[in-house]
Amino acid sequence: MSSFPTDLRYTADHEWLRSQGSAWRVGITQFAVDQLGDITLVDLPGVGDLVTKGQRFGTIESVKSVSDLYAPVSGRVVAVNAALKDSPESVNAAPYEAGWMIDIEPTEAAEAAELMAHDAYTKHVAAQ
Amino acid sequence: MDVLRKTPLHAVHGQLGAKLIDFGGWHMPVQYTAGTIKEHKAVRDAVGLFDVSHMGEAYLRGDKAREIVGKLTTNAVESAPVGKAVYTLLCRPNGGIVDDCIFYKRGDREFFVIVNASNQSKDLEWFRDHANEHCNVEDVSDITALIAVQGPKAVAMLDGMPGDKTGTLAAMPSFTFTDAEIAGVKCVAARTGYTGEDGFELACANGDAVALWSALLEAALPLGGLPIGLAARDTLRLESKLPLYGNDIDDDHTPLEAGLGWAVKLDKGDFLGRDALVKQKAAGLERQLVGFTIDPAARAVARHGYAVVQDGATVGTVTSGGPGISVAGAVGLAYVPVRLAAPGTQISIDCRGKIVAAQVVSGKFYKRAK
Repeated sequence: MSSFPTDLRYTADHEWLRSQGSAWRVGITQFAVDQLGDITLVDLPGVGDLVTKGQRFGTIESVKSVSDLYAPVSGRVVAVNAALKDSPESVNAAPYEAGWMIDIEPTEAAEAAELMAHDAYTKHVAAQ
Repeated sequence: MDVLRKTPLHAVHGQLGAKLIDFGGWHMPVQYTAGTIKEHKAVRDAVGLFDVSHMGEAYLRGDKAREIVGKLTTNAVESAPVGKAVYTLLCRPNGGIVDDCIFYKRGDREFFVIVNASNQSKDLEWFRDHANEHCNVEDVSDITALIAVQGPKAVAMLDGMPGDKTGTLAAMPSFTFTDAEIAGVKCVAARTGYTGEDGFELACANGDAVALWSALLEAALPLGGLPIGLAARDTLRLESKLPLYGNDIDDDHTPLEAGLGWAVKLDKGDFLGRDALVKQKAAGLERQLVGFTIDPAARAVARHGYAVVQDGATVGTVTSGGPGISVAGAVGLAYVPVRLAAPGTQISIDCRGKIVAAQVVSGKFYKRAK
């Protein structure tokens, strides 16, 4: 079992969030990456797009399957990892660093309370 | 809970770090530590080892074996020379496909056959239903292991391994087989495969599988070879446009619709499904399995079950699809009306709500260098 960084927040859908100033940086966890296998394509929204917690904001294609990416919080997309367009394999190689996906400037501050801390996410994964 | 079936190499896969999944009731490696893309490329560039021991094997033996096999198969299996391995369909009287398989002709009174794992019980029942007291059907699936060795370095590698056929395997033509002893293991070595690459498939006794696999892996690793999981097996076969039973062919489609007419010999004499296929050929096809590609710029992948659409209506179905690994963009197979089946035709596929343009292409998506 992989261990998850202690400085991140998590969702039940296996996304991680890192506090970056006033925004959340969002990616998928090592557990998600292990489930997906080799990733071949990541489709992300544009800068300025609005996303809604729980709604689809993108898709991720692996060799085997296609999965939706769900917004962990509501807000405005303020940055997108454009490098993933040509190097989707970064998500496999470094899911918490080069494999990040979007930065969201949250509009609903209360939603942050629903994110999981590292220990809660570790238990969530163990129960899968 | 159902207990998953295990091949004799199950423990070896665990030691190699494979990710194991439930594959039709078998606990099988979907990928090893290298991952699907590296495994796929190892087969295209060097050599890969596949445990396909989940597949079924049987012998049909007896005075009437030739006659019965002739009736069961669409291809000219029965009249093939001894030593040939022949790809064939098994058809129902209505032309629907029971399975696709490879028959090894050992003699007019003895045939060996390898069938799809998912169809093992169905096929064996089918054989027994059509055999008689002059043709015995022996299911050896549970005592037989099968290892595929595939890739541009596979043949030279095997040819150089110690055994009674050392130095002679490389001269064997495609789709022939021989009894051989390789690295101390007795096996049947056939120059066949399911990857679009050159190579062999080796059938041996369960108890010898670990010894054979270990010797093969030891020979393969210095060549850049890898053990290959089922995910790469699927991408490799799809790029080579080899059909997968249950996806691209099934009881509801005929070999002619599937583009497998080359494996149907209507003039060989009577066989199950012949009348229906003769009629279908005369009447003309309504639908056809075609290969399609999606341009990389579309950034889309069509997968099994997606609809082929025209003017807002569903006109066909994608049966297999995925990202190309040795070819650009995405590739797939789909049943479409014959009016959309000509190479060069542009078709539209509903990829989860996004209508994506795809191009009908003839032949394999990936062709190996000769």
